[in-house]
Amino acid sequence: MSDAAVHNDHAHAHPPGFAHQFETMDQQRESATMGMWVFLVTEILFFGGLFGSYIVYRALYHDSFEIGSNLLNIRFGAANTIVLIGSSLTMALAIHAAQAGKKAREQMMWLLLTIILGAIFLAVKFTFEWTADYHEHLIPGFGFVVRPEWHAAGPHVPIFFCFYFFMTGLHALHMIVGIPILLVMTWMASRNKFNADYNAPLENTGLYWHFVDIVWIFLFPLLYLVGGRWGTH
Amino acid sequence: MSGHVVPIKTYLLIFFALMVLTAATTGAAFIDMGFWNTPVALAIAATKMILVVLFFMHAKYTHGLTQVVILCGFFFLALLVAFTLADELTRHWGPQPTSWSAMNAILLHAKLLF
Repeated sequence: MSDAAVHNDHAHAHPPGFAHQFETMDQQRESATMGMWVFLVTEILFFGGLFGSYIVYRALYHDSFEIGSNLLNIRFGAANTIVLIGSSLTMALAIHAAQAGKKAREQMMWLLLTIILGAIFLAVKFTFEWTADYHEHLIPGFGFVVRPEWHAAGPHVPIFFCFYFFMTGLHALHMIVGIPILLVMTWMASRNKFNADYNAPLENTGLYWHFVDIVWIFLFPLLYLVGGRWGTH
Repeated sequence: MSGHVVPIKTYLLIFFALMVLTAATTGAAFIDMGFWNTPVALAIAATKMILVVLFFMHAKYTHGLTQVVILCGFFFLALLVAFTLADELTRHWGPQPTSWSAMNAILLHAKLLF
C-alpha cells in the first residue's frame, strides 16, 4: 500500500510524456532530435545517389539536359516551390504552437494547412505536369518520341527525363509518406498529446517535412532551370 | 519551460527570405550568364537550404552533438560525389583498352602486371 503511494508520487513528479530511461526532459528531447537527424543523414545519401549520378550524366550529355530542362513547365515548378516552402512555414508554426503551449486547436489548424499545401503540391505535380508530359510523349518507356529538332542531342534527352521522373517521383513518394504521418500528428494534437514540455513526435515530423522541402529546393534549379530560359520563351 | 522557442517573427522573416530567393533563382534562369548560370542557381539553393536547416529545423538552437551529426550528413554526401567524380572524370586520362588482351598490353607497359 505504501509502495503504491510512493510509486504514485514518483509518477506525478514527472511531466506527461517523460520516459523513465532519461535523466531529464532536455536529454529526452535531444535524443529524439539526434535520432531523427541520423535517419535524415541516411536520407541525404539515399537522394545523394541520384544527385551524384545526375552530376555525372549532366557532364556527359550537357546539351540533352538543357533541351530536356526547357521542356518542363517553369510556372508549375516555381508555383510548387512556393507551395512547398509555404507548407514548411505552416509546419514550423504548428511546432511553435505546441512549444509555446498554445491550444490543440491551433496546432491542428497549422497541421491541416500543411497537409492541404502538400496535397496541392502533389496534385499539381501529377495532374498538371506528369499528365502533360505523357501527352507530349516525354515519359521514357511510355512512348517517348525523340524530336528531329533536337538534332544530335536527341537520343540522350530520355536520360534527362529518367532523372526527372525518378527524382521527382522519389520526392513525391516522400510526401505521400509524409501526409499520413501529418494526419496522425493532427489526431495526436486533437487528443492534447503535445505541450511545451513534450512535442518530440511533432518536432521530428517537422524535421522530415523540412528535409523533403530541402530536396525540392535543389530539384527545382537542377531540373527546371539548368537549361537556361532566355532562348525558349 | 524548456527548449528554445523561436519567435513567430523569425519564421516569417525566413519565409520571406526564401520567397525572395525563389524569385531570384527563377529570374536568373532567364538571364544568359554563360558558365555562371548553374553556380548561381546552386549557390541560391544552398543559401535556402542553410536557412531552412538553421531556423525551420532548429539546427541553430540544438545540441552540439546533433550539429555534428548534421555536418556528417553533408560530409558523407561530399565523399559520395567526390569519389564518383574521381572515377568518372579521370577515365580518359590513360589509354582506353578495346579488349582484354589490349588491356593486358597496357598494364604490362605500365608495369602494373608482371
